[in-house]
Amino acid sequence: MLMLEPNISSPDDFYEALIDLHRELGEDASAAANARLVLLLANHIGDLEVLKQAINLAAQDSDG
Amino acid sequence: MHSTYSNPRFAYRRSPDQLPGRVARHPVVIVGAGPVGVAAAIDLGLRGVRTVLLDDNDTVSVGSRAVCHAKRTLEILDRLGCGDAIVDKGVRWNLGKVFFGERKIYEFNLQSEAGHRRPAFINLQQYHFEEMLLQRLAELRTTDLRWRNQVVNVRNSDDGVELEIDTPDGTYRLAADWLIAADGARSAVRNALRLDFRGREFNERFLIADVVMKADFPAERWFWFDPPFHRNQSALLHRQADNVWRLDFQLGPDADPELEKLPERVIPRVRAMLGERLGGVEFELEWVSVYTFQCRRMEHFRHGRVLFAGDAAHLVSPFGARGANSGIQDIDNLAWKLELVLTGKAPHALLDSYDEERAMAADENILNSTRSTDFISPKNRASRIMRDAVLALSARHAFARTLVNSGRLSRPAVYRQSSLNTPDGEKFNDDLCPGAPCPDAPIDVDGKPNWLIDCLGRACSRGFVGLQFSDGKHSANMNQSSGIETLLITREPGNPGTVHDREGLAFRRYDAQPGTYYLIRPDQHVAARWRSFDAVAVASALARATAHHPVKDPAHAHA
Repeated sequence: MLMLEPNISSPDDFYEALIDLHRELGEDASAAANARLVLLLANHIGDLEVLKQAINLAAQDSDG
Repeated sequence: MHSTYSNPRFAYRRSPDQLPGRVARHPVVIVGAGPVGVAAAIDLGLRGVRTVLLDDNDTVSVGSRAVCHAKRTLEILDRLGCGDAIVDKGVRWNLGKVFFGERKIYEFNLQSEAGHRRPAFINLQQYHFEEMLLQRLAELRTTDLRWRNQVVNVRNSDDGVELEIDTPDGTYRLAADWLIAADGARSAVRNALRLDFRGREFNERFLIADVVMKADFPAERWFWFDPPFHRNQSALLHRQADNVWRLDFQLGPDADPELEKLPERVIPRVRAMLGERLGGVEFELEWVSVYTFQCRRMEHFRHGRVLFAGDAAHLVSPFGARGANSGIQDIDNLAWKLELVLTGKAPHALLDSYDEERAMAADENILNSTRSTDFISPKNRASRIMRDAVLALSARHAFARTLVNSGRLSRPAVYRQSSLNTPDGEKFNDDLCPGAPCPDAPIDVDGKPNWLIDCLGRACSRGFVGLQFSDGKHSANMNQSSGIETLLITREPGNPGTVHDREGLAFRRYDAQPGTYYLIRPDQHVAARWRSFDAVAVASALARATAHHPVKDPAHAHA
């Protein structure tokens, strides 16, 4: 099951690190970094069902 | 060009069937004398069925075309009696290497396990492959092969098929009880019957350049993403027979196919790829082709009395070598069923299982080759970014290498969901299951080294086969009541007439114990298995595997 309850230990620190990743990057480099990040996190999760739930939720939010 | 091979020309001969005022009728007519149609004629010939084989041309493949022949294809060819000729001429390979930029990111060995007669793949030009099949067919003398016979019309009715055929002597009509359409991607039979062929067309263009050179690169599959010699595209290198090398370059969707075929365009690309590796070796262009591809299939491969096979029924992209290899497996699946129907030993419904099983295989092949194509030629910016991210990570991280897709190479189809299977009633491990092709193992017969797949092949060309695993207490006699030819496999040497499992690999690969009994279909796929022989259970499994049970039997539980 995809966890949707708050789970990040220090949300503000995480968000700052995420934004810092992109601070110096142009649009293409930023998109590439996001892609690498998605792949690294996906491998950490591993479970295909959980990954598919996340992909479906991401698709829904782009419609709304 | 074509310095290593020149196409034979086969003579057109007028058939007595062309005499005016008559319409000859044959049990089986096959359209298309490519690898699939000729394999069909051989397989049916071995099973005692005479055929008429029509081809609109008078030669074998022009150009090397399908070059990678998978292990399962070689095993089928062994059963058909031409495996050795093809393997001896072909180039064996097991190892694939994938490069990103200048760096090797991934390597796979398709056959890491010993104890199989045939390698994962051999490469051989399609024209050699076809010539060897034709040679085998000529030995059998069971086929009336008619070159320059072009099907121009087809009428399919409940009790037979009627063809209108164009020849250098004009048009004639021919009737058949059954028609096998193996007439390729632009199937005249499919078009004449106005049957649809749905799927995706890809607009990416690729260049094939076959070059002749005496290079000593190893016989391996080398695939590059974004190599320094061909930026932003992919490239592939493969060795074929006669010192011919297959080079494949992705060109993008906007390339001009006529321009790209010109030697002055091709030669610099070849030099750039081979570069320093060439070390002064000279090469010559043998054959050049620019292609696009499609992934399509017919909704059904059986239409009454017409059976579609190979590219006529389904098309895939070349990544994964799933085209010709799946066509040969179509015939492996179809020939025995058609023979049983023709001889009245099985109902017509058995031919619906051809559609059922091979459509599943086609879906698997289309799925795999579409995924490879989407990875190799991303369709939009987002998928390009994701693909490049996979490649970038793959240099350092093993997990990303599993996502790199340069073609998932052809594996034999497992008919796991087939209605012909009898599901396991006892405990077996799942490495092998009903519907799977039989694994090979090194064995001895009467003290001489042999291969299990070949012993099975000889028996399977005669019909269903029993495999009785034994500790010496079982005998083949007790199975005679079933009317099924049975091979007795023992772990102890020296029992005359039995198969000695020299290294214990047959017992292991079949998860067998003394007493275990397998019922094998005539295409070497497992129909059913038990921990001990039971004549009633075997008879019932045999009935199911020949469609004597209704296909939609509610008692049939999918395995």
